[in-house]
Amino acid sequence: MRIPPATTQKIAKAVLAAACASAVAALVFVVGFVLAGGFRYLSWAFLTQPILDMGRAGGILPAIVGTLMMVFVAVGIAAPLGVASAIYLAEYTVEGKITQAIRFGINCLAGVPSIIFGLFGFILFVVLLGFGWSVLSGGLSLAAMILPTIIRTAEEALRSVPRQYRDVAASLGGTRWQVVTRSVLPYALPGILTGVILGIGRSIEETAVVIFTAGSAVQMPTSVFDSARTMAVHFYILAREGISNENAYATAAVLICTILIINVSAYAIMHRMMRGRRAP
Amino acid sequence: MNGAARAKIEVRDLRVTFGGEEALKGVTLDVRANEILAIIGPANSGKSSLLLAMNRMVERVPRSSVEGSILLDGADVRGFGSVEDVRRRIGMVYALPIPLPMSIRENVLFGALLSRRLKNSEKDRLVEESLRAAFLWEEVRDRLDSSAMKLSGGQQQRLCMARTLAVKPDVILFDEPCSGLDPISTAKVEEAMKELKRDHTLVLVTNNTKQAARVGDRTAFLLMGELVEVDATEKIFTNPSNPRTEQYVTGQFG
Repeated sequence: MRIPPATTQKIAKAVLAAACASAVAALVFVVGFVLAGGFRYLSWAFLTQPILDMGRAGGILPAIVGTLMMVFVAVGIAAPLGVASAIYLAEYTVEGKITQAIRFGINCLAGVPSIIFGLFGFILFVVLLGFGWSVLSGGLSLAAMILPTIIRTAEEALRSVPRQYRDVAASLGGTRWQVVTRSVLPYALPGILTGVILGIGRSIEETAVVIFTAGSAVQMPTSVFDSARTMAVHFYILAREGISNENAYATAAVLICTILIINVSAYAIMHRMMRGRRAP
Repeated sequence: MNGAARAKIEVRDLRVTFGGEEALKGVTLDVRANEILAIIGPANSGKSSLLLAMNRMVERVPRSSVEGSILLDGADVRGFGSVEDVRRRIGMVYALPIPLPMSIRENVLFGALLSRRLKNSEKDRLVEESLRAAFLWEEVRDRLDSSAMKLSGGQQQRLCMARTLAVKPDVILFDEPCSGLDPISTAKVEEAMKELKRDHTLVLVTNNTKQAARVGDRTAFLLMGELVEVDATEKIFTNPSNPRTEQYVTGQFG
């Protein structure tokens, strides 16, 4: 028996819609669960007070500051380095064995478990270079971890800019650098930013790397050479060691809100920059 | 056309290959100052390769090679200071209009601002002058700051001409500029081209032999990477020396 095409179409549509709905539902459920659980214990004091009694009391201000500092170091290093590498790969090299090998290496790195980067950061930054357990070691290790993702997404974004835009700029007498900066980068920016935001997200949520390289000090970090804990690490310790479920939930809620705020503001900034420059 | 007219571009035994495939097999011809040289020929005859070699855009194609020489005012384009200098003096308009996703004004100024700084008054003057030369000014003068993407195809192509003109080239290469345009837009582009030859030298690659007959002062016929003949347009279309040219312009192949 043959099912009529109109019926298969209906079935397909229903199945696809159900798949999409379950993905959204999972997201809403997880975020909603954490926020609902966390907001009950959230207060202004929780956001602004030091960590007391290993997290049983007080707030999480040092963890918030530690998170922001570490992400800032990680993205501040990985974003320029990654975008520059992507520009070099996409615009300055001729496709061949060497670029394929580089790209293969980057793809492999992107799939390496984060704990490996933690170990790498511990050996190189903490021990060999003598930065100790610090925001700097943590930030550098996180930068190494997110670099492959940023390079890969940025290169894809650059390659998706129509070839003709490059030809136009070159035929008008633009140098390769001018072609890149004036006629490729502006249109690749949304894609590049997506990679950077993914990197921010991964750095914020990372625990293994941070524990290995930045330690888990509860004091307020005053410089990049201080040890610090991030919100994710704080949450992990509170929950795993059964110190305080309430504060663990509240920390998770703050963590999710931080990610939301960073994403929304990054897209808002991009939207302003791209006004009137959107490719068709 | 008198035979003693000064040569603006001299192409000498030009050979171009792409990935080992010969696209041009030793072409020699002159483009005279202030003429429109039309280049006709069937697909894969090497017309576009010839254009791309003139402004050295061919070098951007991976695995391409160029032999022979192209002289611009007697100087080899490959020994010519920088490749950017060559492209500023030999501008190009592509087959399909490629407006950049920015305003009309920014599009016109895009190329000019790559090499020099301009005061606002100079910018205004350059925008008007270039758009007028491309026969577009009257249609867009009131909306210079709106997006170029909103223009019609014919307007976009004239905008691309204006953008090329704003760089102040001596020579302009047209690579089938009307292939995607309706007859009215085509007429406007052709009208602009006839005006432009007063101050510029034009090379027009076209698949449309009628267009060559309408605007070309001389016409060159390329076939399989070789120059079959180049002569006054009238002669090519009424009394060509080579039977293959006659077959092509009368529509027997191609």
